[in-house]
Amino acid sequence: MGAFIIRRIFGMLLVLVAVSLIVYLIFIVIPGGDPAERIAGKVATQANILDIRHKLGLDRHGFTGFFIQWWSLVKQLFTAKLVSYSDQTNVVSQIKQGLPATFSLSIGAGIIWFGFGVLVGTISAVKAGRFSDRLITGLALVGISIPVAWLGLMLRYFLAGEGGAVSWFPDGGYVPLTSNPWQWFYHLLLPWFTLAVLFIGFYGRVLRSNILDTINEDFVRTAKAKGLSNRRILVKHVLRASLIPIVTLFGLDFASVIGGGAIITETVYNLHGVGWYAAQSIYNQDLPPLIGVTLYGAAFIVVFSLLVDIFYAYLDPRIRLA
Amino acid sequence: MAERLLEVNDLKVQFATEDGIVRAVDGISFQLERGKVLGIVGESGSGKSVTAMTLMGLTRGVNALFEGEVLYKGKDLLKVSDRGMQEYRGNELGMIFQDPMTSLNPVYRIGEQIAEAIQAHGKVGNRAARSRTIELLRQVGIPNPESRVDDFPHQFSGGMRQRAMIAIALSGNPSVLIADEPTTALDVTIQAQIVELVSRLKDDFDSSVIFITHDLGAIAEIADEIIVMYAGRVVERGSKRDIFYDPQMPYTWGLLGSIPRLDRPRPERLHTIEGMPPSLINLPEGCKFRPRCPHAFDRCMQEPGLENRVETPGHLDRCWLDVEFKRAHRDETISPGSVEAA
Repeated sequence: MGAFIIRRIFGMLLVLVAVSLIVYLIFIVIPGGDPAERIAGKVATQANILDIRHKLGLDRHGFTGFFIQWWSLVKQLFTAKLVSYSDQTNVVSQIKQGLPATFSLSIGAGIIWFGFGVLVGTISAVKAGRFSDRLITGLALVGISIPVAWLGLMLRYFLAGEGGAVSWFPDGGYVPLTSNPWQWFYHLLLPWFTLAVLFIGFYGRVLRSNILDTINEDFVRTAKAKGLSNRRILVKHVLRASLIPIVTLFGLDFASVIGGGAIITETVYNLHGVGWYAAQSIYNQDLPPLIGVTLYGAAFIVVFSLLVDIFYAYLDPRIRLA
Repeated sequence: MAERLLEVNDLKVQFATEDGIVRAVDGISFQLERGKVLGIVGESGSGKSVTAMTLMGLTRGVNALFEGEVLYKGKDLLKVSDRGMQEYRGNELGMIFQDPMTSLNPVYRIGEQIAEAIQAHGKVGNRAARSRTIELLRQVGIPNPESRVDDFPHQFSGGMRQRAMIAIALSGNPSVLIADEPTTALDVTIQAQIVELVSRLKDDFDSSVIFITHDLGAIAEIADEIIVMYAGRVVERGSKRDIFYDPQMPYTWGLLGSIPRLDRPRPERLHTIEGMPPSLINLPEGCKFRPRCPHAFDRCMQEPGLENRVETPGHLDRCWLDVEFKRAHRDETISPGSVEAA
């Protein structure tokens, strides 16, 4: 177990290095103008630009130049000195500022989508073939198919703010939990729902088919032959086995959302989280924040995939971590 | 007279499928008394497993249709609700299944799965359930039950898992133990041990056994009465002696001929019954075995009833052939080698 974790941590570092290299590579091959010109501003002299270019290592070309530029970027990032090209703000502190909104959004939405996904999947599997199953499966398909941006905008348009048909909800924005817990909750309701809908539909469908597969397993028949009640068979024997693949999905989806992946939801509801920051940096073609946000997100993905693997061994004793 | 535990009268089980109605069990009857072992023999698809699972109420579903009676101590189990059956399953009727590799839940410890069965019937504390579990594991012959009780199924061999399954089935002290091909998935040496174990535990627990198999050899030791099933019907029924020494149905001969025998000269090859069992949706006219029977004649277009045609009372069969003709010709099928040697 210990050796497994150490090996995985080493692998995780390699993944992060590769991610940063790839993001950097993509950025320098897409057309987007010279960062030095951007940093220097509109009324810069040629000497000014050359000076910046030298500082950033942009005057060094070729293979070594690429690595020197990349390394200086990564080093600055990890020493929290990296600043944005467009407005010179510190990348690490900007990400830190986005954390409360992103964490609030993801944790709340994660609880909602996992809970409702399991509920929806279980109900439709138990009622398989009946009307309630068809209704739920149909709604799940709708949930999967609705574009998040459209759903978010529609909810805002009809339900939120002064301009809405009804103004039951505040029109976007984030209120810190520490300043007013009720307003925090109230402001997050629509974003949570918007983000969770897709996952509820998806998890519900996956779980439904897992349950229907598991119900035909021999060990479920054994459980029935023991004289256990249907509820106990469902909860203890069927759900336990059916949830294993859902745990993987949840680990990775949650990591991606908490890692700044809820770009659309954060943007639609004007939540200034990490995803929103990423969106801003993309508009500005601003490399340092992009590298920062990408590595932040990638770190969550690799950490959560490790957690999922460890949790797997707990769920299924046949899996040995070695 | 011994207590009659189970009486099945003209049981029919049908399943509605997209291709038509499957007549899985088509009018079978038998009785089981306390302390007796009933063997049910037949090929895959002959309806023997469906019969067993129907006794336990495990074949119920929206597509299933039942007729007849399954009287357990006088009560018709077919009329008991699914919830009501929980009282019978694992408590009055215990069941062992064919594949011990998949019949145990891989994520729970062996002990938990046995204790769960104990605690499903009556209030038993965790500590009491655990010591009873260890005791059961000892009774089914698991070495070091005190430590093996905490193993997961994947740490058990196939034979040990089947022993654990037997422990689960016996945990409620059932009056009837139903063993559905319990030896099919096991090594030959283990098969004999499991049969011997079932036979011994039947006496220890004072229960009776329904032993289902496709291998007549497997129950040669322990069965008191044997039912041979074909296409959802009973085609021959009699004591073990009747079936092994005076078999009346050409299908039974085929089953007997497919057992390797040490006490007879070795044939060139073991007998195989030509062809496939019929589709249960579209059964042949007349005798259901007719299309595969080497001795079929015109009268077989009419289905023979299950009747006593020999001197021994209680030995029933469904075959029109003359008894003397059969006695003269059956060894050609059962042990072809020995006929030539003689």
